[in-house]
Amino acid sequence: MKRRVVIIGGGVAGMQTALRLHAAGIGSVILEKDSATGGKLRDWHKLFPTFTPASEVLDPLRRAVGAAGIEVRTGAEVVGLDGRGAVLADGTRIDGDAVVVATGFTLFDARIKEEYGYGIYDNVLTSADVERMLNEGTLSMKNGDRPRRIAFLHCVGSRDEKVCQRHCSRVCCVTGVKQAMELKERFPEADVFNFYMDIRMFGSGYEEMYREAQVRHNVHFVRGRISEAAPTIDGRIQIKAEDTLTGRPLRMSVDMLILLVGMRANDDNRRLADSASLTLAPSGFVQPADPFLHSVESGAEGIFCVGTVTAPKNVGETLAEAAAAADAVADYLKNR
Amino acid sequence: MAAINWGYGISKPRAIDIDRNNLRRSDEILHEMPELQSCIGCGSCTAVCTAGNLTEFNFRKVHTLVRRGEYEGAYELMNRCMLCGKCRLVCPRGINTRGVVMLIKRKLGDF
Amino acid sequence: MNRRNWTDYQKEIADDRYYYARSCIRQNFFPGSERAFLNILHDDLGRDVLDDPLHTSCTGIGYHSDIVPLETIMTVVARQFSLMNDAGYENFISSCITSFGVYTEILSTWEEFPETEERTRENLFKATGREFRKPKSLAHTSDIVFHFRERIAELAQRRLVNVETGEPLRVVEHIGCHYAKIFPKSGIGGSEFPYVLAGMIESWGGECVDYPERRHCCGFGFRNYLVQANRGYSIANSHKKLESMAPYKPDFIVANCPGCAMFLDKWQYAIAEMEGTTYGQGGRGIPVLTYEEMAGLVLGYDPWELGMQMHQVDVEPLLDKMGVAYDPAAKYLGRNGKFIGQPDTAVVNCCDAIYDIKQ
Repeated sequence: MKRRVVIIGGGVAGMQTALRLHAAGIGSVILEKDSATGGKLRDWHKLFPTFTPASEVLDPLRRAVGAAGIEVRTGAEVVGLDGRGAVLADGTRIDGDAVVVATGFTLFDARIKEEYGYGIYDNVLTSADVERMLNEGTLSMKNGDRPRRIAFLHCVGSRDEKVCQRHCSRVCCVTGVKQAMELKERFPEADVFNFYMDIRMFGSGYEEMYREAQVRHNVHFVRGRISEAAPTIDGRIQIKAEDTLTGRPLRMSVDMLILLVGMRANDDNRRLADSASLTLAPSGFVQPADPFLHSVESGAEGIFCVGTVTAPKNVGETLAEAAAAADAVADYLKNR
Repeated sequence: MAAINWGYGISKPRAIDIDRNNLRRSDEILHEMPELQSCIGCGSCTAVCTAGNLTEFNFRKVHTLVRRGEYEGAYELMNRCMLCGKCRLVCPRGINTRGVVMLIKRKLGDF
Repeated sequence: MNRRNWTDYQKEIADDRYYYARSCIRQNFFPGSERAFLNILHDDLGRDVLDDPLHTSCTGIGYHSDIVPLETIMTVVARQFSLMNDAGYENFISSCITSFGVYTEILSTWEEFPETEERTRENLFKATGREFRKPKSLAHTSDIVFHFRERIAELAQRRLVNVETGEPLRVVEHIGCHYAKIFPKSGIGGSEFPYVLAGMIESWGGECVDYPERRHCCGFGFRNYLVQANRGYSIANSHKKLESMAPYKPDFIVANCPGCAMFLDKWQYAIAEMEGTTYGQGGRGIPVLTYEEMAGLVLGYDPWELGMQMHQVDVEPLLDKMGVAYDPAAKYLGRNGKFIGQPDTAVVNCCDAIYDIKQ
């Protein structure tokens, strides 16, 4: 009998899971709430630490999904689920033999950290804006000028009690290093300063990349968190921080302030979790059955989870986890 | 009118003001020794420092201040260094710390 | 500046029937402002405000100087509420930012730690035989003026516009720290982009200046300026703000806190004497107004009735810009026409050299 798995979310996690299931002879349907698959990666420029264009990951996945004839329903927002399918916003029920939750994360809204003036001052950007502008080839100051001094601020919406985001989003540190290098290449005459609380280079090649940014690109790393951004009379942005390694307050004006926004749990995780008795971690991400032997099982019968719906992850980890999820789903279907 | 004795003055700002500091010497130092930028502030150099254990000389702090354009007093403090080389043995980033001492003294002799 | 986000922070502001708590120091430094507030509310806006002579200091100055213990200030605050209950009012409004901070903080403490409220009730009863109900609403008086800003704009005799150029006046708004830095939600516009004064300025035709040190504290801080040894860094804060705003050539500063208005005004004299630096047009200082004075000028009140002759920095250049008619000879005549004394001419207080009433 032909088995069908309902996969919620058509980002890299959902697509890779569908492809691995297909390889194991199991059919699936991908429910994507946007108008196209690809998730956040669609707006991303290059991936750390290799500077691989995001399209070089995304395009092969999309092509393979097409070639495998995997059913994709776009504009399909899921409002409820159980181990035998999902319910869409329009009330339609999509039935299956198992469900994979691959709904990803939400980018932290930098406007909430009002002191940084995002949405208020020109030339305060987020890391996501930078990726989009690099893709469009439009990265410059609002007036079209080339920036002479750029500051990055790490941990915007991460490790911050004040905005109810206590967790570390992990990938922003290395994104800050990557973008510092990209900007330095684009604007070699600019001084680049990264303001950080801790630098967490957890992945293979990341520490080397950090060192390269320091030594080869002369990126200045200042251990201290920017306290506020304010406009200067010549349209620049004044920032203040403590240079904690010298124990002195520090201030400077910059042409561009880039906020490295964190990954936070989707608002509708609560609704989905309630509909299917899933457990949420205090951070709001879905909590897997256990972090070791059942990291892709939700703990609820027939429901699996993969990718950043359970925690901040990079693309490589997500793709690898998708293979693990497909494997767990296949096991589950075989034993039923 | 006689000057008023206020009993206090306007405190000077303590902040490192990157806009006001002249970073030219700092840039020259980093250009000659880019590896200095790779300092991660672990403090190993200062922990083992012969001079730093007996005087207020803090090698890590002084070179960090120099990188921010705060040159005043750096030369005199670097003179405390006994060039024993222990700091270079421990630096996890492999920075030629003795070279940094000599470079800063050479560049900032007139500060 | 795009300040749209102020609308994220709204609070209920009562529309009428206020119990008014005065400030300890405003009547010395800006003596006409509280009177002007009562007149504007009563005469121009037809509102009922009780100016109750029975209430006391909230003891915030003592509290912030480590003289008055927390239990004591809570009991004093409870007594103010009890007086309000007696008078039949429910909407408590405070003229002072420190008091406003004290009231918000104490109400919140009672909410979070109900045993402290119980203890306060016991203390109040033991000391005075009184009981109290908490207010239905609590607001700062700048919130009230903000609440009526559009009505004031309708009644306006003049706007915050330079009558010679037709350009909006450039205004620096300064918000007292304890207005919204303790509880951002207790202030209109929150703590980073407060809108309480900016809203008045915009409604009355002026233009707000956003300068690098806009959010910086004036340096008042009670124990800091109270102790002479600490005054150096206290004044340095106002100095920093004045240095930061000067390039924007503001026409005046408006503040909603007694201490800030006093500091930003009087320190201009001290800075001029200490280091010879003067700010403002022609080095004659940047006038510092209270929001009641600003509202009063807009509504056509006489500047001397508003008490503006008590400022350190002369306001005449601003009055001229706004096209406010005033009698220079009446500047130092009190309400009964009696000469109230005149300060010596100083660097930022030199309009009398031009408008000397003795001549």
